[in-house]
Amino acid sequence: MSDVVELDARRLLCPMPVIRLQDCINQQAPGTRVEITCTDPGTLHDIPTWCRLNGHRVLATTEQQDDYIFLVHKDADAS
Amino acid sequence: MTIKAVALISGGLDSLLAAKLIQHQGIEVVGINFFTGFCVEGHTHAIRNREGSRPKRNNALWVAEQLGIKLHIIDVVEEYKNVVINPRHGYGANLNPCLDCKIFMIGKAREWIAQHGFDFIITGEVNGQRPKSQLRRFMPQVAEESGADDLLLRPLCAKNLPPTRPELEGWVDREQLKDFSGRSRKPQMALAAEFGFEDYAQPAGGCCFLTDKTYSVKLQDLWDNRGRREYELDDIMLLKVGRHIRPSSAFKLIIAREEGETRYLSGYRKQFQTIKTVSHGGPLALIEGAQLDPQQLELACAITGRFSQGRDAESVEFEFSDHNQDLHSVNVKPLRPAQIDPEWIIL
Repeated sequence: MSDVVELDARRLLCPMPVIRLQDCINQQAPGTRVEITCTDPGTLHDIPTWCRLNGHRVLATTEQQDDYIFLVHKDADAS
Repeated sequence: MTIKAVALISGGLDSLLAAKLIQHQGIEVVGINFFTGFCVEGHTHAIRNREGSRPKRNNALWVAEQLGIKLHIIDVVEEYKNVVINPRHGYGANLNPCLDCKIFMIGKAREWIAQHGFDFIITGEVNGQRPKSQLRRFMPQVAEESGADDLLLRPLCAKNLPPTRPELEGWVDREQLKDFSGRSRKPQMALAAEFGFEDYAQPAGGCCFLTDKTYSVKLQDLWDNRGRREYELDDIMLLKVGRHIRPSSAFKLIIAREEGETRYLSGYRKQFQTIKTVSHGGPLALIEGAQLDPQQLELACAITGRFSQGRDAESVEFEFSDHNQDLHSVNVKPLRPAQIDPEWIIL
């Protein structure tokens, strides 16, 4: 099991959390998991949408107080 | 040979249709969206109260999903500053540098297609739809100054313009492109219905805060009081939030108007002096400026109190957090409406 890359996107408003995730994912090898923590409720829609469009998977979404935490898997066949 | 096009996706109907027209001809389309910091959507969705009924979606992502295309969102905040601060072609009605903005974004798209092996660029422009940047006479200038030249195709009004390289090379069938012009949205709505798009972002005065008079006044005030035309991302984000009141050149208050704004401004507590009403329900206020002296602090609290539930009380208790985040208790009588000089209020 590979390590999880952690990203802190708290206090950032959409689309900045998506941009942070996108830029991070683009630098990772396929199979990498990225955990991004956000506070913008818009990310509940935008991050899964961006992942669907770009061929990655949201493995888990959790809410902790005001934080939204997404565990994203960079798929091997995604460019 | 696979022909590939990149579409500038703003999230509005025009870019959706422009991309769809090209996709419909069997061409591979990928979307790009530029984040300048002045985009209306996204931020406004997030700042407002969570109980709002409208869906909190990013329209560019939504358009990409409707088209089934990849979308690259590109952060151009730093590079875009020069467009806003030094527009070669000047501003529109407010601080909107629309012509320079168009040239900048198409220029960035030109760089992108060169880096990624794409063949041409699509935009949803319609000649005559907006003043200046979409006037027919400026369209060749945008193509030339951006460096895109004949690789820039505007599918919705292509038939009103000279053929571009994608048309001349036969990559695109010009006959299937459109000749829309002017401000009417009817042709776009009819085309949307033809493609089966029923739900799309309605035009609501542009997608950029710089076209908004109130916002532009706040930005100009920021520049005037700093004595220099510059900004950081946080500056332009905060101009979208709260009441902005400047009772003196020494400081400005940013007072939340509702719970969502209070929550958003709370994220800036460590960077600003803040005032919070303690004895009554009330908004959070950020104070932009040097450390307040006692008289300034009293005035700032009295103004903030005006927007609290203690507005009619003889005394309201506030918690003031200074630049070192040391807390101080302050008791002040809120100002009456007539005591707030209209000159203090930045629209």
